[in-house]
Amino acid sequence: MNDSRGATSKLMTAAEAVRRFVRDGDMIALGGFTVSRNVMLIAREIIRQGRRDLHLVMHSHGQAMDILVGAGAVSRLELAYGGTGRFAPTGIRFRKAVQSGRVQVEDYSNFHMSLRFLAGALNLPFIPSRSGFESDVLGREGFGPELRGRGKIPPHKAIVSSNPFNPDPEPVVLLPALTPDVALVHAQYVGEDGTVRIKGLTFLDIEQARAASRVIVTCEEVVPAGFLRQDPDQNSLPPFLVDAVVAAPYGAHPTACHFFYDYDPRHLNMYRQAAGDEDGFRRYLDEWVYGVPDQEAYLAKVGAADLMRIKANSSLGYAPGLDRR
Amino acid sequence: MAPAYTDKEMMALVAGRFVKNGDVLFAGTGLSMLAATVAKRIHAPQAVVFFETGGIDPALAELPLAVADPRVMTGTCMNSGLLDAFSLLVHRRLRTIAFLGAAQIDPYGNINSTCLGDYRRPRVRFPGCGGACDAASQAFGVIIFMQQEKKRFVEKVDYLSSVGWLRGADSRRQAGYARGGPMAVVTNLGVMKFEEESKRMYLSEYYPGVTPTQVAENTGFALDVSRAKESAPPSPEELAILRRDVDPQRLILGPMAA
Repeated sequence: MNDSRGATSKLMTAAEAVRRFVRDGDMIALGGFTVSRNVMLIAREIIRQGRRDLHLVMHSHGQAMDILVGAGAVSRLELAYGGTGRFAPTGIRFRKAVQSGRVQVEDYSNFHMSLRFLAGALNLPFIPSRSGFESDVLGREGFGPELRGRGKIPPHKAIVSSNPFNPDPEPVVLLPALTPDVALVHAQYVGEDGTVRIKGLTFLDIEQARAASRVIVTCEEVVPAGFLRQDPDQNSLPPFLVDAVVAAPYGAHPTACHFFYDYDPRHLNMYRQAAGDEDGFRRYLDEWVYGVPDQEAYLAKVGAADLMRIKANSSLGYAPGLDRR
Repeated sequence: MAPAYTDKEMMALVAGRFVKNGDVLFAGTGLSMLAATVAKRIHAPQAVVFFETGGIDPALAELPLAVADPRVMTGTCMNSGLLDAFSLLVHRRLRTIAFLGAAQIDPYGNINSTCLGDYRRPRVRFPGCGGACDAASQAFGVIIFMQQEKKRFVEKVDYLSSVGWLRGADSRRQAGYARGGPMAVVTNLGVMKFEEESKRMYLSEYYPGVTPTQVAENTGFALDVSRAKESAPPSPEELAILRRDVDPQRLILGPMAA
């Protein structure tokens, strides 16, 4: 996916990135994990542009998943865990959508999902695992026969087979690879050419991006490519895998971005309250998604005081002493 | 006399007592985070705590509220990702102990953290197994936190998210698991373990102020309480470390009143 038009053509706004690279019905891999590095700006933009029928694939998510599901942008999910830890042990809108049958869910484990993305990244059709023998994670299918074998949904959720290299019977689980249409990543630094540097834990963002057909990266800072080439050991993705680079200061808010800001407990607690009922959630979307056309307007609404409160200490990478109740 | 500690404090400390110096601890959110942290501070300073997100041996100067909390990325020996973390979980050289929580458990320690009712249209949806299915499958051992209630200790779980001893006896190994299995279930009333041969749950310890009968009455299946002993209460030192150093904001411990 080499971009022959030159480096700067990848720099664009969130609105342009979603318009060009996200389509109705796409399979989308969400970067980050529960309360860290959720690609919130793109999630809000997807909602603003009214994308529908999305198929989200992830290990453990998180705030971006919950607002996308709540806003009605999602039809199907494959995941291991839907929640934000103590702020919402089960994603509020995720829970409601599953219970009301508005979305279909296929459960895997975190290790399963990690292996499936890895297989996709390595262009393998499937990958073995030793997790979940005789569990319902393998035994029960969330996607019905009407979905199985269509598009990117394999005919089987998983197959228990036997290790062909062992003369004695030894069961292995075979898992289908994942090759998302789009991977969304929020990173600390991206070069003007698209080179990505993620600080702190990378979770599975690198494999997800490698497995995907298109990659949108939002970042705290767009830096000269030469800066990232001074210490390439620290880099996460080469520039030619990246289609869109979006400058997005606080682009993961209200989730955390290591060394830039902590998660925002006030916002996450407010969200939990608001998302609990239909009117509250509708008001949240009106106020925090539809009511803010871009990141500048969003940050103005969050306010300087809250942004200061969560500012990361440059030695620790989080906000020490932050009131997290 | 009213106990001078809460259920959650007792649970964190009792679970922490299972940790040996040199163990490698796979911690999830909530109480498991507390148990791992408190064990490391009290009697197993050489234990290593790691998170499925890839944070390995963090300083934990502040309590993380999720496994992706930036606090698991600071003062680590290395920061990595999920695949790296799972490579440690399954490593044959390591005695990895995982702390898990769940909504339902059966007599053989099989747990449900996915849903109640029909899977495709559940009455109640929970977050899902996360990495618990993997820890239950491949760690050296797991310790499970539960609230002891009849509706949670059930004959059969609505959805089997993470396997325990399956149908007991040799069934776990027969299914393809080379090691692992639940070591103990730590609840607000006591500690349950599993019979050597049958792998069925029995009451091992009940907390001061709790009776074995009370534990049995809050269990939805027949529970052998004949071997149970009273647990040692938390020492003032244990409580001080837990309250002052581990969770001063009481983010996971919750209110002081029991």
